[in-house]
Formats: sequence, C-alpha cells, structure tokens
Amino acid sequence: MRLLRLIDFLRDRLMSVVWLGLAALVVLVIVDAIPAVVDKHHAHTAAEHIPGFWAAFGLLGCLTLVIVSKTYGHLGVSTREDYYDE
Amino acid sequence: MSDLWIHPTLIMLGGAALLPLVPRAVRKACLLAVPALAFAAVLLMPRGDFGHVAFLKWTLVFGRADSLSLVFAHIMALMCFIGTLFGLQVEEDGQHIAAWTYVAGSLGAIFAGDLLTLFLFWEMMAFSSVFLIWCRRTPRSTAAGFRYLLVHVAGGLSLLAGIILHIKATGSTAFVQFDVHHPTTAAWFILVGFLLNAAVPPLHAWLPDAYPEGTFNGSVFLSAFTTKTAVYALCRGFAGMEILVVLGVIMSLYGVVYAIIENDVRRLFAYHIVSQVGYMVAGVGIGTQLAINGACAHAFAHILYKGLLFMGGGSILLMTGETRMSKLGSLYKKMPWAFFLTLIGGLSISAFPLFSGFVSKSMIVQAGFEEHMVWAGFLLNLASIGTFYCNGLKVPYFVWFGRNRCEPATFDKAKDPPWNMLAAMGLAAFLCVFIGCYTPYLYNLLPYQEAAREYHPYTGYHVSESLQLLLFTALAFFVLVRLRKIEPHAGTNVDLDWFYRIGGRAFLWLARKPVQGVDTAVGETYRAGGLRPLMMSARLVGVFDNRVIDGIVDGFAGAIRAVGSRLRFAQRGALQENLTLAFAVAAAVVLIVLFVF
Repeated sequence: MRLLRLIDFLRDRLMSVVWLGLAALVVLVIVDAIPAVVDKHHAHTAAEHIPGFWAAFGLLGCLTLVIVSKTYGHLGVSTREDYYDE
Repeated sequence: MSDLWIHPTLIMLGGAALLPLVPRAVRKACLLAVPALAFAAVLLMPRGDFGHVAFLKWTLVFGRADSLSLVFAHIMALMCFIGTLFGLQVEEDGQHIAAWTYVAGSLGAIFAGDLLTLFLFWEMMAFSSVFLIWCRRTPRSTAAGFRYLLVHVAGGLSLLAGIILHIKATGSTAFVQFDVHHPTTAAWFILVGFLLNAAVPPLHAWLPDAYPEGTFNGSVFLSAFTTKTAVYALCRGFAGMEILVVLGVIMSLYGVVYAIIENDVRRLFAYHIVSQVGYMVAGVGIGTQLAINGACAHAFAHILYKGLLFMGGGSILLMTGETRMSKLGSLYKKMPWAFFLTLIGGLSISAFPLFSGFVSKSMIVQAGFEEHMVWAGFLLNLASIGTFYCNGLKVPYFVWFGRNRCEPATFDKAKDPPWNMLAAMGLAAFLCVFIGCYTPYLYNLLPYQEAAREYHPYTGYHVSESLQLLLFTALAFFVLVRLRKIEPHAGTNVDLDWFYRIGGRAFLWLARKPVQGVDTAVGETYRAGGLRPLMMSARLVGVFDNRVIDGIVDGFAGAIRAVGSRLRFAQRGALQENLTLAFAVAAAVVLIVLFVF
C-alpha cells in the first residue's frame, strides 16, 4: 500500500522532517517581512504590520487556549467517565 | 407555472415510503438513486415561488426557490447522497427511512415560503432525526435520544408560540426578514427556536450530548442538517441582528474550549460544530453582503468537511468499536486511508490554504474587520487556532499516531472501512479540495453575486496570515506533546445539559418520594372511610347488575374482547415503537386535515 509506505518513509526520517518543518516556519516569517510578496496594505490594525505577527498570535494563542481550557476543566468541569451513569 | 417543478422533499419522502418494497437485488441502486434524483431536482429547479396550497384562511408556500434557498438545498441534497453512500451497507430500512425523512424535512424547511410550512418541516426534522440516535440501541443512545427530542420539542414550542404571535400581530404568515433593530416579542420567540437548533449557547448542550451517541452513519446526517437549516433560517429572518455577532463569537470559542478537553473523537467533532456554526451566526449578525455570503459559503463548506470528519469518526467507531482517544492510538498502519481522508477534513475545517474552509471562513472574518468589529475578527482567528489544534492535530495524532493505547482486541480488529465508506469519504474529501482550489464552483452559488465577485481569498497577505497562524499552532502542539502535557485521558466534561440531566433526577425523586407518599396516604384514608360504605352499596347494585345489565353487557364484552385480542399484537409496550406509531398517525391526521380543509 503506497500511502502506508509514504507514512513509514517519513516516520523513518522523523528528525529530517522536524528540521524541514522548523525551516519552513523560519522561511514563513522571513517571507512575511518582504512587502513585494506579502502586501500588508489592507491590514486592518497596526499590529498586523509587524512581520511574524500572526506567527506569534498562533503560537501564543494556542498555548493560551490550551492552558485556559485545561484550567477550566480542572475547576470541576472535567469529571469521571461514568459521572452520569446511575 | 411553465417550468416543471418537483419538490425534492417529495422525492425523499416517496423514496422513504417505497424503500421497504424494493427488491433486494436493486436495493443499493435505489438507495443511491433517490438522493441523486433529489439532487438533480435541486440542480434543475427554476427560480420563483411554487407549490401554493390554500390552508384554512392562509396560503402555504412550499417552494420558494431563490439564490439563498438554492445554495442551502444544493449542499443538503449533495450531502444526503454522500451520507447514504457512506451507510450503504446498513440493512435496516428504518435507518435509511429516518435519514431521508430528516433530509426531506430540512429541504422542506429551506424551500418554505411561509412560517407555518417552515414549522411543519422543522418538526419533521426533529421527530425523524431522533431515530438516527435510537437506532444505535444502547442504553446511552436511548436516553440521549429522549433528551434530544425533549429539548427540540421545547425549541419547537418557542418557534410555534412566536409564529402564532407574529400572525396575530401582523396577519401575515410570510417568512421574511424580521425587524432586527426593534424585534417584537414574536420575533424573539422565533429567534429562540432558531438559536436552539443552531446550538447557540446556552441552548447548545443537546448537540454534544446527542450527536456522539448516534449510529456510525446516522451522526453523519445529524452533523449536516439541523444546525445548517437553522443557519439558513437565521440568514433569512435575522440578518444584521447585532447580538448574533456576540453570540457567534462566544460559541466559536466555547466549542473550542470544550473540544480541547474532550476525549471522545465524535464528541470533539460535535463541539466543533458548535464552534463552526459560531462563525456562521456571527456572519449573520454582521449582516453585510460579504458576511451573508460568508455564512452561506461556510455552511456549504462546513457540511462537507464536518460530514467527512464524522465519517472518519464513524469509521473509527465501526472498525474498532471505540471512539475514546484514551483507548486509541497508533492506528495508521491499520487504517491509513481513513487517516488520510479524515486529515483532509481536519485541514479543511482549519481553513488551510487550498482547502474549503480557507475560501469560506475568511469571508466572515474579513467582513468583521471591514465593519470595524476588530475584536470579533481577532477572536474568530483565535477560534481558528483551536480548530486546527483539535481537528488537524489532536485527533489525527492521538488516533493514528502517538502511543498505542488500544485494547488488544480493538487494535486487532481495526482496519480500513469497506469500499462504500471510503468512496463517500473520498467524494467529500475531493469536494473539500475542489472548493478550496476552484472557487467559482462555490462562489457562483452565493446569494450576493457582486460581493462574491469582488472577494479574492488567495492574496499574499491572507495566505501568509493563515499559514503562520496554523503552522505555529502546530509548533505549539508538538511542543506540548513533547512535554507530555496533553495526553488524552478518560473523563466526562460537564456541560449545561447537567441542569436537565440532574434536574430530571430531582424531579423523579420528587415524584417517587413526596408525591407518592401523599398518594399512598390519601389511598389509605379512602380505603378506610370510603371503601367500606362503597362495598355495601356495591353489593346492592350487584344484585341489579347480575339480573338485568349482564345480559346486555355480555354481548358487548364478547365483541370487545375479540377486537382487543387482535390489537394486543400491535401493542408490545415498547415506548419507542409506540412513539413511532404515534408520529405516523399524527402525520396521517395532519395530511388528512390538509386535504379535507
């Protein structure tokens, strides 16, 4: 099965995939700073003009969401699996 | 009426009625032909008002075909075909009949030109869709089905109350835009009915309660029709109502927070329906042409990718018997295609460039920014992060990769689902990518063509913004995985259904203890003070009875016993069967009344 072979191929080279991914992230932020490629003329707020603004928003937003959600769960919202079973 | 107009609801209902009579040899072909015919009827439908029926002193309009109703009908009929293909191997006719009646209700509500017709089909949806939950036949699904039905009956009553008040006040039954700046009491009641079906908090808990309890294919239907029909109704009646922006943004984040801490795959997807419908509700609230286009486009894209995700969830359920991530993991070797296709759904819902969500969701966010609701734009983007985190990363990783947490039996029997399920998922996945790559297919269907032509999703800035947002979310996810902070673990997350689930128990206690106690006491008093004199008089009456009445009564009793013994076979005491029978009889009575008057 070709799909399976492709997945295994990538898994066997996991570190290379990780480095490639990280390189892509760096490239993405660099490209965001080139006005010829990314025209920020239509950006709605001043903050969006900072190169990599959405990268920071994504990273911090994700961490914030997870921390807030987990804290919310620990406040008593998350309970045992058979909570509603009589 | 020069053009041929066939209501697709009639095709679906006709198909549902005839399905049990179809010979086995052509059953599968018929299962595909009926939704295909309904889809063709929608595609070929001319625009205009059709199907006027005089009822009492009103005129019912069964077929209002304009650009708004047609875009929703298009995707509903298409999804019906995909959903039926996905459940093609299901032998039980009842499940297909329930699903098709449900779709018929949705299409009927979408084409309804007046509020009475809307209400009729609105209720048809609730009463047919519940069988998709009950058909799973587990104690949990039975209970969840009853809760689902009760909540929807309550929502339906609010809608009906609003409709009656509205007709009383205005004399008009037409279903058109309400005055959203000065809403009347009637409009509020109608709005509550719509918001309940759209699963807007605090009226949302029925959705994540019921949808994960449906059958493997029933939940695919459930994920598509109820909430999006409500989005249609909101577009039609409440465009530009500002409170909807606030509610939409709240629900987009509310769903995300619950999805992040959810362990069950299908319940996680259900919470993301709440989240995604939040975008649409916000779009309706913004109310500009771009925003309404966005709400319609996002509903269209959403039905496909959410159907795809629920098909992925259904495949996991059917092929492993398990949907809790704490009991799954490392399944990619066993079901690689299910993984690949579900991932496409995950990328689409996350609005990855080249996938459907990218070209639809962004319209709503853009409209928010354009209307200077900057806070709404940013918060909706925050919800996008959570969407990718859950659907694009958490589910694929913890179901198909990561540590193997499966029971040996679960892992052994896991494999890719049968061809028809993969074909249905493949079709949905293809459409997700097609819509994302070739925008005219979707944009040409939208109600405001000028706004659609002016909108271009693939600008350098938008692509850069989305890629940064999503890929850095992925970075955060893998950091959290490395730190072992987000391992799935078993548990229930209490939501607002707690109030009626625990409240229901309090009511039962009240009925069992104090009320029954009083009842027993009254019974005792009655026995001592009332029963003895009664026995005396009864004995006297008995003499008269023996001699005179018996002769007459014996004749009657013989006849009644004969009828009763026949009826007994139809009545086995199973509540759901009785309800089915009652629904059917009620539907027949409605039809008879319609025809007689």
